[in-house]
Amino acid sequence: MIISIASGKGGTGKTLIATSLALSLSDAYKVQLLDCDVEEPNDHVLLRPEITGSKAVSISIPKVDEEKCTYCGQCAQVCAYNAIAVLGNQVLTFPQLCHGCGACCYLCPEKAITEESRETGVVEWGHSNGVGFAHGKLTVGEAMSPPVIRKVKEYANNKDGIVIIDVPPGTSCPVVEAIKGSAYCILVTEPTPFGLNDLALAVETVRELDIPCGVVLNRAGVGDNKVEDYCREKNIPILLTIPLDTEIARLYSRGIALVDGIPQWKSSFIQLFDKITEIVDERSRSAKR
Amino acid sequence: MKEVVVLSGKGGTGKTSIVGSLAALADDKVLADCDVDAADLHLLLSPSERVRNEFWSGQVARIDEDKCNECGLCQELCRFDAIKDFRVDAVSCEGCGFCSHVCPTEAITMRESMAGYWFISDTRYGPLVHARLGIAQENSGKLVAVVRQQAKQIAEEQGLDYIISDGPPGIGCPVISSLSGAGLALLVTEPSLSGIHDLERVLGVCRHFGVPAMVCINKYDLNEENTRQIESQCLSQGVEVVGRIPFDNVVTESIVQGVPVVEYSNGNVTREIERMWHLLR
Repeated sequence: MIISIASGKGGTGKTLIATSLALSLSDAYKVQLLDCDVEEPNDHVLLRPEITGSKAVSISIPKVDEEKCTYCGQCAQVCAYNAIAVLGNQVLTFPQLCHGCGACCYLCPEKAITEESRETGVVEWGHSNGVGFAHGKLTVGEAMSPPVIRKVKEYANNKDGIVIIDVPPGTSCPVVEAIKGSAYCILVTEPTPFGLNDLALAVETVRELDIPCGVVLNRAGVGDNKVEDYCREKNIPILLTIPLDTEIARLYSRGIALVDGIPQWKSSFIQLFDKITEIVDERSRSAKR
Repeated sequence: MKEVVVLSGKGGTGKTSIVGSLAALADDKVLADCDVDAADLHLLLSPSERVRNEFWSGQVARIDEDKCNECGLCQELCRFDAIKDFRVDAVSCEGCGFCSHVCPTEAITMRESMAGYWFISDTRYGPLVHARLGIAQENSGKLVAVVRQQAKQIAEEQGLDYIISDGPPGIGCPVISSLSGAGLALLVTEPSLSGIHDLERVLGVCRHFGVPAMVCINKYDLNEENTRQIESQCLSQGVEVVGRIPFDNVVTESIVQGVPVVEYSNGNVTREIERMWHLLR
């Protein structure tokens, strides 16, 4: 079962939930944690995994053989991203703009374009305390995270167990890339107008993908009650509430997972998982009916 | 005119609270919310919308079932796994158009998609340019570029001194689009190991694009040892730490009230943000 942890708003506690959920379940299940927040991956800060392997992530960009090229301009015409241009007797490529679709290469009438790979990030994998681990890192200065996210997700090799995906903040293409294919999505939020505004956007995103979702309310006790009101109105379960507690914040600041610092929390995360299993099972039963 | 963009790498470090406060402190400025896929600045500034524009961007492939002979070439060539069983998954489609060029029966057309809105609003702090990217859309970077361009135009027309923009988290496409060519990046971090790790990466992006950066440590007293580490790392890289804001629930309270914290409280948080603005301007 794949469970993704998303939020809309950044800094609400995705990493805290993802790491503690993984650690709480690893005694009883085979668990894998995939950190798909490849722009700012943080799960490794809390899990300190032993990294056992890594592989570069590349996209294919065009390489023009000017001896074969007739400067006909077909490649520039078909490129949707303005990543290749023909100016007189010169072909210019803009690797940063290229999405690696391969159209220019395939459609060149002179077969003058081949592809070469350009590195945009890296995937690393290993394990920590019985949790299988993989994360991706987008190279600093690179714009496109989805190809790196796709690669991290290829390391999900745990069909019978549990795969937990830490999703980047926001609601646009990297989020969709990370959440796609999940059986359930946990949305982490906080009880403030910012938290509510971004939760509502995240709910729309997961509903667009037809993935069931529930909420973890973090830093409860400050703010207002509007997140609870919203969840009631939209019929979204609040699966777990974590109070605002400077002790929890301090543990996090030192890179200590919540269930390592305060082991009593483990049972709450196991209950969280049991609730999700129940919802997912019920959903698949009613789909069969 | 000076363009200050507030970024953080890690989300939730306090960018929007700080931008809201700078909105209240700075004279003669236009505000821009460049976090187009989870915009929150409007919740502090009570804007009244003056102009609303559609944002059309990117294309999505569409297969005409009547013309399709189910040869499967499009599916075979698509690198984004966006075509299955002769249907296009609009969410996965990156709009490259490869399929439409190769389809032997010309059954595939590319259609522009409406990917969101951008707005110009009035606030009691000055004009605000903001946007709303459609759910699950691509091209957030292009929408950010539109927001910045509009803000710049307003600043030029009205002879304003500052563009102050609230940036997105991360280091990818919309961050690069918010940052490139700006006059100054204010990086808001927090003294957690994650915050330190993420600050390092976003500082790298600033260096890569040649934008000078300054750092603000929010909730600095949650872990003073980590705060000292951030300060010494900044010092060694020649990056000035211009703010140390203490942890205080007044920040959350001000968000609930929907006003910038400097207008809600006159305690330490406010004094520190005021001091920081004097160093930034």
